[in-house]
Order: sequence, then structure tokens, then C-alpha cells
Amino acid sequence: MKKINFPITEEQLGGLRCGDRVLASGYLYTARDAAHKRMFELLQEGKELPIDVKGQTIYYVGAAPAKPGSVIGPCGPTSSYRMDKYAPSLLDRGLKVMVGKGARNDEVISSMVKNKAVYLIAVGGAAALIAKSVKKVDLICYEDLGTEAIYRYEVEDMPLIVAIDSEGRNIYVRE
Amino acid sequence: MNIREISSDEIICAVKKLFIDCNYYIGDDIMNALVKARDNEDTQLARDVLTQIIDNDHIAAQEQIPMCQDTGMAVLFVEYGDRVVVDGCGFNAAVEEGVRRAYTDGYLRKSVVSDPVFDRVNTKDNTPPVIHTTIVPGDKIHIVAGGKGFGSENMSAIKMLTPSAGVEGVKKFVLDSVAYAGPNPCPPIVVGVGIGGTFEKAAQLAKKATFRSIASSHPDGRYAALERELLEQINTMGTGPAGLGGKTTALGVNIETYPTHIAGMPVAVNICCHACRHGEVTI
Repeated sequence: MKKINFPITEEQLGGLRCGDRVLASGYLYTARDAAHKRMFELLQEGKELPIDVKGQTIYYVGAAPAKPGSVIGPCGPTSSYRMDKYAPSLLDRGLKVMVGKGARNDEVISSMVKNKAVYLIAVGGAAALIAKSVKKVDLICYEDLGTEAIYRYEVEDMPLIVAIDSEGRNIYVRE
Repeated sequence: MNIREISSDEIICAVKKLFIDCNYYIGDDIMNALVKARDNEDTQLARDVLTQIIDNDHIAAQEQIPMCQDTGMAVLFVEYGDRVVVDGCGFNAAVEEGVRRAYTDGYLRKSVVSDPVFDRVNTKDNTPPVIHTTIVPGDKIHIVAGGKGFGSENMSAIKMLTPSAGVEGVKKFVLDSVAYAGPNPCPPIVVGVGIGGTFEKAAQLAKKATFRSIASSHPDGRYAALERELLEQINTMGTGPAGLGGKTTALGVNIETYPTHIAGMPVAVNICCHACRHGEVTI
């Protein structure tokens, strides 16, 4: 099992191949439907994003509330295809890693190849297990969106699988 | 005729418990099927994905936290005895309060927005629920309920087949719908199929089918055989656990049926993820 760090280095990213299983540590941002819509609209208006996505990782997640004494509640991946409309514009701004579950469309994959980015997946529905790898949570912006706000997670050994690598190899396409 | 009074508080407590329990504790039917599926898989990846899911469900039960962050929209099928009166706030308001308390006190995620198209503002307590009520004879209230996650809900489909399509038409539509869903609904899935009735009745039957134990069968042997055949065929598709390939795309297929019109044969497919959460209570 490979170990990688977020934000990811160019070298680590280039070494990831479709099907690789990795343990990821470091920092990532969370964003799902509503936060993506807001960021996409800002870009369309020519405005700055609330976070600099250059070189960063975005995890498609909306966590359940933390019980008292816990860092976070269950926080498994949500379906990535709903972010397909928004992903290429973030990749063009330098986003390097997307984490979610399920398939991506051709436009996203082309944009990933063009921008040298990777798409990793976590096991959908393994939310209580994934929560164990989140060590710290900070609210970054869009607090009004509740679970859909943008947070920054510090993760340690988060179990992920490379679903689409920077050369466009796709785990969901099987002969 | 004797009228039975049930307090709103009793309804509130029962509904709260239903939603908390089904989100923390996976059913034995699903756990048994997951373990059996893991032992049956050929590749290390498929076995590891199933192991992660099994471990996850144990962690959730042990720590009393939701097994999935998407704790769903609350759906209830109610059989309401015609000799029951709910005092206090009344039945629907009591159900809503039970849902509110489950999602708030149980640390479940609030995933409901007030308006589907324009506002999309989170209601912050996961209300309102979706309540399907049927009046039945008697002095009891029976509730079958579950939290329905939308990763799988979004992969559901309905089609107004006509009689000439026959059982082959039903099979094709179910298989096509599952194939189209691919890796998105968090396989291994439970497939709820509603056949008959009208447009909306078929959809309700399909949802109700996902709230039935996968260890059970349709009472009519012909449909029970169809459930088994569809499950077998779905599991030859190769989608596999998490969509990464394997022999377990579905854990179960449940069919519910209802009489229909001479001109029609509606079929609805409601897909549920492996976190197939439901429970029931009689009050």
C-alpha cells in the first residue's frame, strides 16, 4: 500500500496508477453540490474563489454531526458525478486531486489528463470507518450551508483507491 | 365501537427510536449477506471492499454512530387503525417531531432542503418526512420506516410497460436500470421492484420492497422465483462491490406487486445501497 501526502507533490501524483491502493495523510478541503455551485458561479463572474485550489485536494463529502468528544461524525464519500459539471473549471485553476465515489464523465477525464490531476475513491458507505482517519476539522467558509460548507480536514492514513490516474486510465472501464 | 387513544408522546418516541436504530445498526439479513458475499468473491480487492463495509457496520453499532453519513430522508409506511385517535399534536405532527428528535438527538445528518428547485435551504432538522398512510381496520398503528440515502435514490427508475412486454419486459427494465446505475449507488445494492398499480403506486411499492428483509420472499412462488433469477443475473454483470468488479453487485431483489389496469404494467425500480436501513414498530 502506497503512502501519499496532501497537498500532493508532482512526483507522488505522477507515480499513481489506476487501481493503486493508497493511505493518504495531510490536508484536504471538503466541498459537495452546493459549495461547488457557488464556486462555479464565482468563476463565471470572474471573481476569486474562497480557497486557493492550486495543488490542493477536494473531498466530496457532507459529514454527519460529531458526537460530543469526537472530532467528526461519519464522513464517507458522496457520488462524484454530480460535481462533473463544475470539476473542469476547478482543474483549470490547478486542483490536483478529487476524492469521491463512482464514475466521472469524459469532460472531467479529459480535463484531468490536460491538467495532470487524479481522481481517488473511498468506499461508499464506509463512513464510520473513514471518520477514524480524520484528526482535525476546521470550517473554512460557507458556514450557512451546514454539512455542505467547505471544511479543511487533517487526515491520517485515509484508505483510498486510485480510480482515474493522470493519464486517464479508468478503474470503472473493464474489458 | 371502542376508540383507542394513543398519546402523541408514544408516537414521537417510537419514531425517534426507529430512525436512530436503523441508522446505527445494520439488519442481520444484510450483515449475513455481506459476510457470505465476501467469502464468495474471487479477487482480493472485492473481498477487501466488503471487509471494509463489514468493519464499518460493526464500528457504527459499537460506537452508536450512523453507518453512513447520508442518514437519508425519512420515509414511513403507516397502517393506521380506524379505531385509533392520537391525542395532543395529532399523528402527522408527532411523526414529524419524532423525525426531528431522531436526527437532532441522534447526531444524524440533516439532508432535507425546503424547496427542490429555487431555495434549496436546509431545514436543519431533516423534516419533513415522506409519510404514506393507509387506513386499516383495528386499534393499532403499524409503521415501517427507513432513512433513504440519495446516492442510490438518484439511480432509481420507473417505466410504464404495457401488457405485451410480459415478464421479459420486466426483467429487461430491471436489469437495464441496475446496469445504468453502475458504481454510483454504493453496490452491493438491494433492488426494490414495484410492479402494477398506477404510476405512483408502482414507485411506492418499489420503495416498500427495499424496506423488506432480503431474507424474505414474495408470497407468490412465481415472483419469488423472479426475485432469485434477477438477483442471479444482476450478479453476473460484474459491477461488484463499490463498482470495482466482482460477483456481488446486489445482495437481494425484493418484488412487491398490486393489481393494475387492463392496459398497463407499470414497473418501478428503487435502488438502495448496502446500508439498507429500515425498521418497524406496532403501537
